[in-house]
Amino acid sequence: MNVMDTRATSAMLYLDGVHVSFDGFHAINNLSLTLEPGEMRAIIGPNGAGKTTMMDIITGKTKPDEGTVLFDGVTDLTRLDETRIAELGIGRKFQKPTVFESQTVQDNLLLALNVDHSVRGTLFWRGSKAESERIDKVLETIRLTEARNRLAGSLSHGQKQWLEIGMLLAQDPKLLLVDEPVAGMTDVETHLTAELLKEINKTHTVMVVEHDMTFVRELGVKVTCLHEGTVLAEGTIDQVSSNERVIEVYLGR
Amino acid sequence: MPTNLSARLCTFVLSLFLIAFALPAFAGPFEDAVAKFANDDFSDTEEAIAAVASSGNKLAFPIISALQDGRLMADSDSKKVYVTGADGKSIDAATGEAVASVPDSASAVRLNNRLRRSVDAALGSLTLQSPDVGTRLQAAQSVFKSHEETALEPVDAALAKETNKSVKTALGEARAAILLFKSDATEVEKLEAVATLRARGDQEAMALLTGMGDQPASVTKAAASAISSIQSSLAVWSTVQNAWYGLSLGSVLLLAAIGLAITFGVMGVINMAHGEMVMIGAYTTFVVQEVIRTRYPGLFDYSLLIAVPLAFLVAGAIGVLIERSIIRFLYGRPLETLLATWGLSLVLQQAVRTMFGPTNREVGNPSWMSGAFELGQITITYNRLWILVFTLAVFAILLAMLRYTALGLEMRAVTQNRRMAASMGIATSRVDALTFGLGSGIAGIAGVALSQIDNVSPNLGQSYIIDSFMVVVFGGVGNLWGTLVGAFTLGIANKFLEPVAGAVLGKIAILVLIILFIQKRPRGLFALKGRAVEA
Amino acid sequence: MTPHMLTRSLDRGATIFLLVVAAIGVLIPLSNLLLPAGSVLQVPTYLVALWGKYVCYAILALAIDLIWGYCGILSLGHGAFFALGGYAMGMYLMRQIGTRGVYGNPILPDFMVFLNYSKLPWYWYGFDMFWFAALMVLVVPGLLAFCFGWLAFRSRVTGVYLSIITQAMTYALLLAFFRNDFGFGGNNGLTDFKDILGLNVQAEGTRAALFALSCLALIVGFLICRAIVSSKLGKVLIAVRDAESRTRFLGYRVESYKLFVFTVSACMAGVAGALYVPQVGIINPSEFAPGNSIEAVIWVAVGGRGTLVGAALGAVVVNYAKTFFTSGMLAPYWLFMLGALFILVTLLLPKGIVGTFNAWWDQSKEKRAAASTSAAAEDGVTQPKMAE
Repeated sequence: MNVMDTRATSAMLYLDGVHVSFDGFHAINNLSLTLEPGEMRAIIGPNGAGKTTMMDIITGKTKPDEGTVLFDGVTDLTRLDETRIAELGIGRKFQKPTVFESQTVQDNLLLALNVDHSVRGTLFWRGSKAESERIDKVLETIRLTEARNRLAGSLSHGQKQWLEIGMLLAQDPKLLLVDEPVAGMTDVETHLTAELLKEINKTHTVMVVEHDMTFVRELGVKVTCLHEGTVLAEGTIDQVSSNERVIEVYLGR
Repeated sequence: MPTNLSARLCTFVLSLFLIAFALPAFAGPFEDAVAKFANDDFSDTEEAIAAVASSGNKLAFPIISALQDGRLMADSDSKKVYVTGADGKSIDAATGEAVASVPDSASAVRLNNRLRRSVDAALGSLTLQSPDVGTRLQAAQSVFKSHEETALEPVDAALAKETNKSVKTALGEARAAILLFKSDATEVEKLEAVATLRARGDQEAMALLTGMGDQPASVTKAAASAISSIQSSLAVWSTVQNAWYGLSLGSVLLLAAIGLAITFGVMGVINMAHGEMVMIGAYTTFVVQEVIRTRYPGLFDYSLLIAVPLAFLVAGAIGVLIERSIIRFLYGRPLETLLATWGLSLVLQQAVRTMFGPTNREVGNPSWMSGAFELGQITITYNRLWILVFTLAVFAILLAMLRYTALGLEMRAVTQNRRMAASMGIATSRVDALTFGLGSGIAGIAGVALSQIDNVSPNLGQSYIIDSFMVVVFGGVGNLWGTLVGAFTLGIANKFLEPVAGAVLGKIAILVLIILFIQKRPRGLFALKGRAVEA
Repeated sequence: MTPHMLTRSLDRGATIFLLVVAAIGVLIPLSNLLLPAGSVLQVPTYLVALWGKYVCYAILALAIDLIWGYCGILSLGHGAFFALGGYAMGMYLMRQIGTRGVYGNPILPDFMVFLNYSKLPWYWYGFDMFWFAALMVLVVPGLLAFCFGWLAFRSRVTGVYLSIITQAMTYALLLAFFRNDFGFGGNNGLTDFKDILGLNVQAEGTRAALFALSCLALIVGFLICRAIVSSKLGKVLIAVRDAESRTRFLGYRVESYKLFVFTVSACMAGVAGALYVPQVGIINPSEFAPGNSIEAVIWVAVGGRGTLVGAALGAVVVNYAKTFFTSGMLAPYWLFMLGALFILVTLLLPKGIVGTFNAWWDQSKEKRAAASTSAAAEDGVTQPKMAE
């Protein structure tokens, strides 16, 4: 397939026939999925359905054994490494909140800004007004302005989740992959997070992996259910949750 | 007429015996021959050697071997010749009677190079018919080396009587060597000789074939083909030899690394004091042998059997102590563990140095571990062989233990999922301590074996630690089979590089190759994949 | 270094440290040279050389702290870079001996004459010129670190794996330099130096100058480290140390950052080695021994990793203790003490002297701040957690 000059697909993210196995265990099995630009998609599925492995494949952490993974219709992601993929504009929030604990909230965002990431650039870096304004704006969005000079490690669990989302915002990617953003959050925080993601979705394409059905319902977007590394059902939350196979998988046979 | 025949045979044999025993009784040619040694003249000495050697007298062998060792004393005035024994007692060479002392006027019979060859040849033929198989074999081999023409007759005579298969082969080879250099041997004889040497196929046969000088064209051609055949068979043997050395080194590496494969591979603990556990095992062996030497000398051959369980217990107990007092506070901080255990290794080394002194201590080999045997063209020493067997046994026992015992099951459970194991009622901290103790104990056992081939000094462990880590990392962490393959691969690679690059450069090359290899496959030969790796 | 980088580098601790080093670097040589021998304040020459050695170790400790404390790379082979820098300087000093050697050969150093070298090996060319040797002091360790790091970091060899292969690297070099046919004097190494830049290396003035120069190198090295760690690059390094794959997903090429600091650090270690050799008068293969490299790591751990000042301090403290104990009747117990130091520091003082002090200082400062603005005290403010 020649993907150099023509867009193979209009999709922001295009997965087709992806397989990956670890020592004989098929983590991802003929997975095909399409995400349109500007879309927000919720991914659900029981433990071991391959949700995190799928994100690993998209972000270049894991190489698939076979299959196509295209970004923005033109870029074959299977051949790039994490850094290059991040530079292309794919941001990722991890399942377990991962922030730079020994640095301040502000520095965490500074590191995430999508400016010059070369060794030279960072060595001779001096802050600019535009940069600090962007950081201020993100801090406001994630409600951490007060805590800007605190070490990220001293934040509460929910605040860390937000800081990580804030880092995604500072990174300003075309596609955001958000893995379990509301795990360990209170109801209020969950609600606020849903609002925040909807806000982000106005300008970005988002893929959210989540277990919390209330949260998924609140997002009100198309849902894909994964099981044993392949797509089991796709549609609105009501369609998917009334799907017999989905019920079977969740409740056990 | 059978009766008549047997009677005549009896008479014949009897008369032979009579001759043999009666000869020294007469002042005959033998005594004359012996007296010639006293003339202090090289050509007389040569005649004497030939005469004595062919006399069939039972004193012939002591005389000639004394001549070879410079113990044959001759008094030129009295024409008396004496054989002085290694024990200081002397006999009259002509009669065999003991004499109180050799007169001061007697001096050792002198030899020159030509005479030395004659002495060698004479000795060879004299011993060719000795009743002892070993002596005969040695004699045949020495004739093969000297290939003096004069030895041809005795060799033929011996060959006719010989019944032992290996001596017969050796005699045949000796005969071939003589014929090859005998100027008046027929072409057919020479061709047969070449064929015999070709069949022998070792370095010495090749040396004879290459150095045989002018020969008929057909012989030269046969020799050339024999040489190339021997060369290729020697190349095969040298490969076998290297492979054996490699296996031997691999077994040593494996032995040193198995314990590490448990502590590093299974628990993820970097124990830089691992080498010191090996050292403690070696010193345990030393102590056991000291006690045996002073109290129960008869048990010496069992010293290693006693040392193995003791070393396991001593090193294992120290291991448990270390785990409880240091390592358990450092789980999840591998780099700190590395530093703390390095410090520990310094303390242990210094402790041993203080207790046993800084120099090498002597650890002996039991009789069943010393010596060697020949296998084709290579020599295999018993200690290396036993260590290989021992290593494989330890490996098999360990593998079985991990698979079939409760502790093994618990160890694997804790390794794979500590929290889950804990919630299922496994006392994880007890398992940690026992696992570390097991790894250390095995290092101690390794020390017992290594004490047999290495110097037992406080630095013993240091020389193994880097190699052991290389083996574990190369084989793949968390995989005992990987450690096995890694150890033997590195051992064999090292021994094949050594003849090409020299010992030190070979070792450097191996280190560099491992560094490059780890960069290609950061998790070793047999890497675990998937989620387990992240945990 | 641009002005903003300099001002950013100099926080209070850094300024105090620089002033102290500068004062030592000036006062000790002056006291040694100007005051009469035997005066209470006069520093004897042997002490100048000894302290010069400590200063070189402090530079090595800085180099290790830069990569370990800030980027999480624990190198157990930094002694190799130190020794390579030392050998480069040693080669220059050997060639300065000229005809004054035992064999009086104008070109070949004594050991080569002894080992029947017919001519100078090619890799000894150029070392008769100081500028070339000085360049090699940086280039050789730097190049080795670059090649090694390029291979290792690109394949993502991290943590203990990296530590173990750095140890294997220095071990391989140890074996190589022990060889006579390697061309570096084998077992005995390089020694019997006479001149450096035309000055007698044994002379008091030269020793004092070398000491001052070592202090200057420590100051420059410290400034370079501070400039790196206080820049945004420093934040990236800490990010790599704390969450390497997160940093990658933010679009940073982690291997380039590691390679950069690893190479800078190796060059610093090389300079330390180069200054060390003329002051101790010998360089031999034992400098490559894996134990030396690990010992250098413990200096950093004692002083406090990730603090720079602590690293330098740790090097001086531990080595002073070593000199003190190994020269007295306690000598046989020194290894017990060093070993115990390794164990106790990792168990009880993981932040090291300076790190622990800093944590205490920050805490008390925060308490004071909290007391003065008690109204602002709110729930959920926990004490900042120090980096592991």
